Amino acid sequence: MATIELQAIAHQYESGQGSASSDAAEPFAVNTLDQCWPDGGAYALLGPSGCGKTTLLNIISGLLHPTAGSVLFDGVDVTARSPEQRNIAQVFQFPVVYETLTVADNLAFPLRNRGLPRLDIDSRVASVLTMLGLQEKANLKARDLSVDDKQKISLGRGLVRTDVKAILFDEPLTVIDPHLKWQLRTELKKIHQQFQHTMIYVTHDQTEALTFADRVIVMHEGSIIQVGTPQELFEKPQHTFVGRFIGSPGMNVIPCVVEGATAIVGEHRISLHASLGSDFRNSGLQNTELGIRPEYVRLSQEQGLPAAITAIEDVGKHVVVRVMLAGHELKAILREGELIPQHPKVSFEPGKINLYENAHLIEAAE
Amino acid sequence: MLELLNISRKVGDEVYVDKVSLSLQRGELNILLGPTLAGKTSLMRIMAGLDKPDSGSLRFDGRDVLGLPVQKRNVAMVYQQFINYPTLTVFDNIASPLTVNRISRSEIASRVGRVSDLLKLGDFLHRRPDTLSGGQQQRVALARALIKGADLVILDEPLANLDYKLREELRAELPGLFAEMGAVLVYATTEPTEALVLGGNTACMFGGAVEQFGPTLELYRQPVGLQTARIFSDPPLNTLLLHCRHGELRIPGSGQSIKLAAELHDGRDYTLGVRPHHLSLVRRSPEDIEMRGEVTVTEIGGSESFVHFEFQHRAWVALIHGIREFARSEVVSFFVQPQNSLLFDQSGSLISNSTAMIMTQ
Repeated sequence: MATIELQAIAHQYESGQGSASSDAAEPFAVNTLDQCWPDGGAYALLGPSGCGKTTLLNIISGLLHPTAGSVLFDGVDVTARSPEQRNIAQVFQFPVVYETLTVADNLAFPLRNRGLPRLDIDSRVASVLTMLGLQEKANLKARDLSVDDKQKISLGRGLVRTDVKAILFDEPLTVIDPHLKWQLRTELKKIHQQFQHTMIYVTHDQTEALTFADRVIVMHEGSIIQVGTPQELFEKPQHTFVGRFIGSPGMNVIPCVVEGATAIVGEHRISLHASLGSDFRNSGLQNTELGIRPEYVRLSQEQGLPAAITAIEDVGKHVVVRVMLAGHELKAILREGELIPQHPKVSFEPGKINLYENAHLIEAAE
Repeated sequence: MLELLNISRKVGDEVYVDKVSLSLQRGELNILLGPTLAGKTSLMRIMAGLDKPDSGSLRFDGRDVLGLPVQKRNVAMVYQQFINYPTLTVFDNIASPLTVNRISRSEIASRVGRVSDLLKLGDFLHRRPDTLSGGQQQRVALARALIKGADLVILDEPLANLDYKLREELRAELPGLFAEMGAVLVYATTEPTEALVLGGNTACMFGGAVEQFGPTLELYRQPVGLQTARIFSDPPLNTLLLHCRHGELRIPGSGQSIKLAAELHDGRDYTLGVRPHHLSLVRRSPEDIEMRGEVTVTEIGGSESFVHFEFQHRAWVALIHGIREFARSEVVSFFVQPQNSLLFDQSGSLISNSTAMIMTQ
């Protein structure tokens, strides 16, 4: 396994290359960036389609040669090397299997190619079959399996070699049913904790990214917006884009005016002390917005700012209540069974308010 | 109204649709929820007239439509893979179902305007589909299905290929849109969260059959059977097989037993089902059932943690609020309130609306 370093990487597709959308659409690109991903970590590249995450993954794997910059594995420049020479394993969105081979032979294939002794191959294949629950299908031909099982084989082929520098996943669970998705993702996480492979996982699904990775890299329009632990991305989004993109529903972002350590929304005054420290002073902030997660919006009968309910969405394990506060829509998440007041007063959990200037987070002074 | 009575279809030895009876009202959203190969698409194809059932009857507004070919049924369909005319503008794509029907140009313009406003496509009408994002392209396909004024609108996992956030946006918009149409709407999905956000009615499908049909939230709250409870749980439902002895079900490891007023039979097996978010790290009442297990892995989801553990050789998961990390192999106790647990008999039918459950030490 290896530490992966990107130095001043940038990529611009030439017209006609890479994507089907040609003339009017933006050319998909990665803006100049530097990143270092230490050996043995589980990383997720998260962002909407067109944000550059797959482009970045393909630059790491060597499927794509970057317009500028270098890719280093353990300090060695591999930019000019092909995917095979880089010694990585890849799993794609759709199954890549040999239809006429059995499940076991599919898994053994990458090992036979490397000339491993037969006994080692057998034991390695057996352990991957167990990991993925494919033992009983080991001797079936791949073509007779469902798409779920074929994708399991693809995952298995990615995991079967222990000598790779990194395992790269490009939306590997898209074709999988919701329940199996849970099972496989958890299995991947277990495998990571057990073997500490360097794993990079591309997805647009925040639940997948947050639950899989130790560190999540959020991308937007070709740039990395934030790198952090799942908790950091949730509690302290560095940019309102991250706040909105992560969370379901995402963070509430409402315009406010800041006076001293008070945010003013309409006629309402909200103290920022708990979030920004007792010595926070406004130093001429412009374009300020207040960010608060629906999980941290409280609705009660007694205390807070008066608001009007506009919609209630009961999704079983929780309820999303939409309210209007001084002309702005605000979402609150209530737990199953919690009472919804008819004329609610809104309050925000102290310390959970984030303040943004021109969409960027203002951090408390240390 | 679309009425299905005892519809079945087999291909070779395989049962695609198994004795399905449903009454679907106009103006209401009807969701078919179930895993891949549950029979959702097969059933939709029969509704649309693309396939013929082996038996059963199909009536639309009281009229038998089984023999009627799809062209004569006024059906609109949207698939997972969005399909648009690549050489036509967005406007012409949306208008295409109308141009074959000799409708005046001003009427077409006003109808396209209305639908494109609803689907937020107004700014793209002059562009070609391939210059739009995937979400926008799927909205064009939706607009084309909606403008037709079809009697039956069939949507087969229409959001499955879209980005997570876009899906969230469209899920919120669609119910309002559907309510305005007077059509019978049928919507297939594999995702319970999607069904719950969309609301309406849901038919839970498994193995070609419908186990339960009714208001979506009611199915979630009161599943009649194990399949519906499983299909509606995300993360997956935790289950435990219990064997009845001396009229009670012993929970292994806790010294607790479940008794019911009358319905437990010695020698039979029962399945206890617990939804992950009903498991707690703290005991909230003396009656809480304790599940003691060994942690296998913890996943952090921002504001919540998914704690996976092994309980009686089964993989269980607890959804815990806040960030909680446990070491691998750590032994942890989880608690569930009896009123939040589900009990099924050997055939998979819910036998107890668990308020009747009595816990004994």
